[in-house]
Amino acid sequence: MTELTGTQTAPAPSPGMRIDIIPVILFAAFAAAPLLASASGAEGYVLSLLTRVMIFGLAALSLDLILGYGALVSFGHAAFLGIGAYAVGILASHGVEDALIQIPVALAASALFALVTGAISLRTKGVYFIMITLAFAQMLFFLATSLAPYGGDDGMTLPTRSLVAGAGFLENDYAFYAATLLCLTGGYLLSRAIVTSRFGRVLRGTKENAVRMEAIGFQPFRFQLAAYVISGMMAGLAGCLMANQAEFISPAFMTWQRSGELIFMVVLGGLGSLHGAIIGAAAFLLLEEFLPELLHAGSFFLNDDVRWRLTENWQMVFGPILILIVLFARGGIMGILRRGSHG
Amino acid sequence: MAEPLLELRNLRKAYGALTVTDDVSLSVRPGELHAVIGPNGAGKTTLIHQISGMLSSDSGQILFDGENVTHLSMPQRVRRGLARSFQITSILPGFSALENVALAVQARHGSSFRLFGNAAQERALNEPAMQHLNTVGLGGRASIPAGLLSHGEKRQLELAIALATEPKLLLLDEPLAGTGHDESLRVVETLRRLKGRITIVLIEHDMDAVFSLADRVSVLVYGRVIATDTPENVRMNEDVRTAYLGEEETV
Repeated sequence: MTELTGTQTAPAPSPGMRIDIIPVILFAAFAAAPLLASASGAEGYVLSLLTRVMIFGLAALSLDLILGYGALVSFGHAAFLGIGAYAVGILASHGVEDALIQIPVALAASALFALVTGAISLRTKGVYFIMITLAFAQMLFFLATSLAPYGGDDGMTLPTRSLVAGAGFLENDYAFYAATLLCLTGGYLLSRAIVTSRFGRVLRGTKENAVRMEAIGFQPFRFQLAAYVISGMMAGLAGCLMANQAEFISPAFMTWQRSGELIFMVVLGGLGSLHGAIIGAAAFLLLEEFLPELLHAGSFFLNDDVRWRLTENWQMVFGPILILIVLFARGGIMGILRRGSHG
Repeated sequence: MAEPLLELRNLRKAYGALTVTDDVSLSVRPGELHAVIGPNGAGKTTLIHQISGMLSSDSGQILFDGENVTHLSMPQRVRRGLARSFQITSILPGFSALENVALAVQARHGSSFRLFGNAAQERALNEPAMQHLNTVGLGGRASIPAGLLSHGEKRQLELAIALATEPKLLLLDEPLAGTGHDESLRVVETLRRLKGRITIVLIEHDMDAVFSLADRVSVLVYGRVIATDTPENVRMNEDVRTAYLGEEETV
């Protein structure tokens, strides 16, 4: 009886993919922002801030791919930013200034570093994985500080932004903004494709229950390593952009604090939604940028001395705000948005 | 007599001074439903862990389908057709029932390094998955997140997942554990349908189920096999009666 009553056919594929509205709004906002920037009168500042937001968005996105979908807490993700940046800087200092060479080299170097360190790190779990990724990133950090020909501790100024096929249009801030937006969009679409693919399903399954995955014949290690390499390459690309925006490279790009900030951005935005990581990066950087002014404006009722001290030490407020968001907004900013749309 | 599909030779596992399985030798014939019974703590689950590859054995050999698999990992054994279920339900709670099974179909059909294409929409994965769900009577619950299924349904889902790996041999670790009366009848009914199509090693406490399903029964007491025989003969066996059955209930 159960056989007859229970027989169902596989659900037909739904017509057309459901399109989530939030990422559409997000990318539309990034695309429209330059128009507003030119109207604001401070276009250089606005463009540079938003370009920075998108670069960190790309880095946080790459981290979300392994952290949000694979539960791999990499505490050394800033290493890839450093690899991307130093690939650009070192090549440029030897006269190779074309992005068409710099970027493939940066991606290959990131992939290699991810492959080697991932193959070792992924043999550990939990807190050991966190520590070993941190250790590898620190190794790279100290390597960079000892690279005297490339600026050592102090870092190194780049002669120019990267050329593209010999053309120097990235010197224009609008063009660089567009290029960054293109990279972010590409990274987002690629990540979106990956998480819904067969590969992504294995990754998500391993996050939920690794033993179950082994019991149906998967070797989680191979999938986690591949994801780690893809994620590292994307962060490496963000590093290339970062060096170009600052026209400067320095070991400070890959401090452990930077790795921690990336984790924070992902958690702040909401784990495992991809665009949440970009929103988290934006929230983090914008709050960091404007909090001193907000504090100054908001504390008008205090006397000048206290007001000045508060503004000066804005980080004392920044930390607790971040902690409160994580504590009370489960699922980060995406969690709030989802609840908003259901209620 | 046909070659055994699974043969255990002098298998042993100890944790320090505690010997959990001791010199276990067992052969499972192709097509049979071979039950392993024994009182709590007899080492039944450890034995399943050893056969499936989740635990390594201290000594002894495991031959599966003519091949020595003693030193292979669990995923490698699964790919050779050795599937298992867990005593404590092990599913992917955030995935739908269908996706849980489709993932096992995907594991069987390789090419899991595909980075593009929406896996959830693939008919080649969903249709076989649906068939397996129907086999265990969960067809109507395909789109429910597995974590929200009832306990009995989870047990059935686990059976469907194991079937989707297209096993030659199915190791079932107490598939009736914790199920209600109706649910357990449904699982027994499912097992009866699978019987003969797939070789099954069944560990179970429910004696009614064991004696109505099994072709042969092995009795494990303190890590040792004290008897392997037909259900009727095991029921009559004096050693078994004193060592095991007599303690708890009269069969």
